[in-house]
Order: sequence, then structure tokens, then C-alpha cells
Amino acid sequence: MNIHEYQAKALFEKFGVPVPKGAAAKSPAEFASALALLPDAPVVVKSQIHAGGRGKGTFTDGYKGGVKFAKTKADALEYANKMFNNTLVTIQTGPAGRKVQTIYFTHASDIKKEYYLAILLDRVTSRPVIVASTEGGVEIEKVAHDTPEKIFKIVIDPAYGIADFQVRELIAQLGLAGSEAKNAAKLIRNLYTCYWETDAAMIEVNPLITTPTGDVLALDAKVSFDSNALYRHPEIVALRDLNEEDPKEIEASKFSLSYIALDGNIACLVNGAGLAMSTMDIIKHYGGSPANFLDVGGGASKDQVVAAFKIILGDPNVKGIFVNIFGGIMDCNVIATGIVEAVKEVGLKLPLVVRLEGNNVAAGKATLASSGLALVSGDTMADAAQKIVKLVA
Amino acid sequence: MSILITPQSKILIQGITGDFGGRHAKLSLDYGTQVVAGVTPGKGGLFFEHGTHKVPIFNSVAEAVAATGATVAVVYVPPPFAGDAILEGVDAGLDLVVAITEGIPIKDMIRVKRAIAGKKTRLIGPNCPGLVTPGTGKDSFGGCRIGIAPGYIHKKGHVGVVSRSGTLTYEAVFQLTSKGIGQSTAVGIGGDPVNGTSHLDVIKLFNEDPDTHGIILIGEIGGNAEVEAARWIKANCKKPVAGFIAGATAPAGRRMGHAGAIVGGVEDTAEAKIAVFKECGIEVAETPSDMADALIRSAKAKGVTLS
Repeated sequence: MNIHEYQAKALFEKFGVPVPKGAAAKSPAEFASALALLPDAPVVVKSQIHAGGRGKGTFTDGYKGGVKFAKTKADALEYANKMFNNTLVTIQTGPAGRKVQTIYFTHASDIKKEYYLAILLDRVTSRPVIVASTEGGVEIEKVAHDTPEKIFKIVIDPAYGIADFQVRELIAQLGLAGSEAKNAAKLIRNLYTCYWETDAAMIEVNPLITTPTGDVLALDAKVSFDSNALYRHPEIVALRDLNEEDPKEIEASKFSLSYIALDGNIACLVNGAGLAMSTMDIIKHYGGSPANFLDVGGGASKDQVVAAFKIILGDPNVKGIFVNIFGGIMDCNVIATGIVEAVKEVGLKLPLVVRLEGNNVAAGKATLASSGLALVSGDTMADAAQKIVKLVA
Repeated sequence: MSILITPQSKILIQGITGDFGGRHAKLSLDYGTQVVAGVTPGKGGLFFEHGTHKVPIFNSVAEAVAATGATVAVVYVPPPFAGDAILEGVDAGLDLVVAITEGIPIKDMIRVKRAIAGKKTRLIGPNCPGLVTPGTGKDSFGGCRIGIAPGYIHKKGHVGVVSRSGTLTYEAVFQLTSKGIGQSTAVGIGGDPVNGTSHLDVIKLFNEDPDTHGIILIGEIGGNAEVEAARWIKANCKKPVAGFIAGATAPAGRRMGHAGAIVGGVEDTAEAKIAVFKECGIEVAETPSDMADALIRSAKAKGVTLS
């Protein structure tokens, strides 16, 4: 689960991680009062959406920049009004962009130098890793590729937690000394506590800055959480912003379906995450384009199949459907009956190819064949994939 | 032979009184698996009954082990309690703990993995389908089925299968069986980013097993476990190996069902992993329908008999 920058910074403050003074506003009526909470200008006006690249983004009405520097509070107000309710397109949003429904005003800090800091899971060691770089404010992937010697990592032993010597080592590598070193050490330790205590999946601060007065601040904040751990963090669940999520994905989650929209035209309905991923792959392999990832899980009950069909058909780009079920434990005939009922209930008009395999498959195929529905049966995944690609071409 | 488990392995089930655990306990018993005990705190002294089977339930893993000699535990308990259940099995000195539970917080698994480092117990999973060593009976019955895989699709034989994904494991096993090629053991290591046993760990076991003649390695986007396994295979494994990577079409930054299936950088894309497979002499299955055929191609090229 992702949260907004302003929410992440509030969380940082709770854990003693310094951030520039800021205030969020959820309507133009709140802009003036939010600005009044800040010290004098300059102010940075920041669109709050769950996607990066905001500064270089463009709004759909042509207005440029989802993050803007304002010399005066009057300018800040003007920029905020232009951004609010406008749709911002960045390299991460896709062409549809995201509607800006919250504006975050922050005091524009004096920057001495920018750094990068992140905490995430190191999959090689199965331990948390802190990643830092002297190159902040730029794309870290580019730094990792061009100048890997400027990226430093410390792996944390979960049995002990973050150790002082590791923090000292990291700070020396970043070239920090004096009050900067002292403040950075405290910030890193507190940020690690924030990561660990909230079950964060990843915390990224880019940039982390030093100021001419020796302060160290998180100028930006990107935080995501482990969705498996949300049950023990109601305070974090409360930060969820449904406006930032695809309504089809929200609907899917109500039926324990795992759905992710893509931009193709062949919808997939599959049981199992691995099989669902490779169903998308095989469509592409035969020259088609998948419209979604959809895992109905191990059961694939009739209710789930009906809900899945409705979600799939809610995507206007869909021109055909590929149902790929490996009924291991489930009786294929039960699944086939569910598919037939679901198709009848939603009144499907699009081409449908069904590949059914596994337990009691002969009866399942007979049910599909005698249903009177205009569906096509595939024998193998490859056979079915080629059929659906041909049907939508 | 087989790896990790045999039809004689004595299994205990943590969470046998739950719907999920109970359902799969029955299927395992039907398959012929030696389910000797159940563990549910507070229900010790009761029995789990299925047909002619009467499986005693104990309050703790240690009690179950002392009374029955079980060496393997399978964990079906809900996510908030699953980390604890795994530790209990490790503490009781079991050879193998298989965690089926899906949705365990990553932090819990980070702590569990640290806590069991250096212990004799091997952990498989979590969020995995378990493992099957097929038997000699009809539809491979008489074998050892641990977890949630369909037993009947297997056939006793000489191919080892290792995968993160349940349904892709079944797909590979089904393709092999349909072609008359049996399996030594099929192992699902699970789709979570922190798990007990890696692709490489299982590949090493298959390599050492004289009864495993060929291997299907199924991976997916995210992490570097498949790459690590492929490099080891290149240096150490003479057996034919076929590989498949799921997720070539997955967009970066989106989690594809499995918590581990997410592209974070250039190294963990399907494309990068497939390139490493090829470089390491692994026969790549172009589509998931091609997994058994890819292994047959590799075996033919190496002059190895699979069946």
C-alpha cells in the first residue's frame, strides 16, 4: 500500500525524522490557511499523487510542473489553484494521468547538498538494507548504473537491529562531519525505526538534504507498506486513498481477486499468480496484448467468476476473453458450470476462449460444449492463446 | 529415490483442525501419505478422523514428535500465527517444515529466517504449494503429498520440478505425466520474497539425487534466485535442465499476485533471467506449454533417458 508524501512526512515527524515545515490542503478553501501555517516564502507547491516524476510532469490542460517553487505566498496560491483538480501526467502515471486532489505546501529549504537514502528488503540476505548515496535528487537507477561506487549499503541484522558502527560507517562514506554527521546519524536511526515499526515495504528519501546551518532534512518522502502486515496497523490503513487506486482493482479485492489493469485488449481470467503471469506472456508470445492480470485464486467459485467477468467487461478496451484454469483440486465441472452461469448472467458478447485442464476435465468440457454458448475450447495453453489472439485480430 | 521426503516420511500437520488444513489433511491421507499427528494448541487428546484414519491431535509440536516420531511438519495456520508455528517446528528439531500459509508479514519472515539460521531444520515456503514425491499406485497414489498440490497428476519417475508458483508446478507436472514421464519430487518453494529454501537449494538436492535424471526450473520476475541457480548449474550440474520464467509482460513496479513477483531493477526482469538461462546452458521453454518439451530437448541433446 502506498501513501502520499504529506502523509509520509507526518509519519516521519512522529518518528523524529526532520522534514521541512509543511501543510496539506484538500480544497482551495484550505489553501490560505495552510499557507498561513508556514514561515515566510519561498514556498514549494507540491501536487499529491501516488506517482513519481511530478516535477517534470505536465497537466492535461498544458500547465507544466506538478511541483513548483514559489517566491511569494501569492504565487504559491496561484500555482495551487492551477494544479488542484487538474490531471497530472508523469512518466509513472501512464497517459491517463492522475487527478490532483491534495496540495502540499512546504517551506523551501536552503540546500547545501543533496543525498539519497532508502530502506528496503535485501532479497539476497533476507534482511533490511539501508541504501545511501552522495548523489541525491536524481534518478538512483542512473547513479547505480553509471557510478555504482557512489552507492553505499548497510545490511541490518534483525536480531540486533541497526548498530552504531554501521551508521558511523555510512556517514563517513557520505562524507558528513560535525553537526551534519550527528544529525544524519539520528535521522538514519529514526528512519530505520519508522521502517521496522510500521512494517514498511520501502522508504525512499530523495533527496535527503543538508542545509547551510548544519541541519539534515528529508525533502521528499516515498513510503509503501507490506500489505500482508496491514492487519496490525489500523493507523496506516486509515491513510489509504482510494482515489489513487484503479476502481476495478478495488472491486476485485472485495472478491479476493487479484487484478491489475494493463493496456491490451485480451482479458485474462486465471487461477494462480504464476499461471496468470504466464498467461499474459503467452498471449504476447502469439502476437496479442493482455488487458489485465487476474488471479481468481485456488477456488474459482461461480460468484468469483461472475465478479471477474464484470470487472473485465468494465474495461472498454477488451475485445476478447481468455479463461485459463488448471483445476488441480477443484472439480473442472464445477468450474465449467460457474463459467457458463457467469457468461449467461453478464450476457457476454465478446469472443471467449476457455482452456480447462485437471480434475474431472472431461465432464467440464462436456458442460461447456453443451451450454449453447459461443465459446471456443482450447486444448493446451498454447492452443487457446493462439485461438483468442486470432479471434480479436 | 526422491529428495526431502519419501512415502515413508512421518508428517504432522499444524492447523489440522482448521477448514483449510483439515481439507488437505484428508487429501494427503487419501494419497497414502503418513500423516501421524495433528497439532492445535488446546485440542490435544482429540482425534482427526477421516475414513478409517484416526490421527491423534497434540497441544504442541514437541509432544507430537515425542509420541509419533514425526520428522516433517506442514503449517496451515493463519498468517498472524504462522511465524510462531514455524519456529515451534524448528525448536522441536524436525528435519523439514513446510509453510503453506499465504500472507505472512515480511517482517515476521525476516525474523523467522534469522532465528532459524544454523538450525538443522529446513524450511520450505511460506506461500507455497508444498511438495510431492509420487507413489507407485494408480495416479501415483502411495506417495508423500505435503501441502495443497493435486496428487493424482503425478507419476513416479525421474524428473525433479522446482518452482515458486503452484499452478505452474502443476502445469509442468501434468505435461510430463501426459507424455509418460514421471517425477522424482516436485517442490514448490513459494512466491514470497523471504523464503526458507531457494531454487538453488533444491537444484543442489536434485543434482545429488541419483534417481533424478533431469530438472525443470520454473521462475518468475523479481529477485535474483533464478540467476543464482542458473550460474551454479552451469558450473556444477551435468543433468539436463529446462527453465521457464513467468512475467515477461509484467509492468515494472507492479506486484503480480506473489509478493516476490515485482520488477525492481534491470537485473530481475524476465528478459534478463532468460538471457542468463541461455548463457548457462539451460533449455528455455518459450511458453509455459513448452516446459516438458524443453526438458525432452535438453535430455536428447545430452543423451539422457528421462523415463
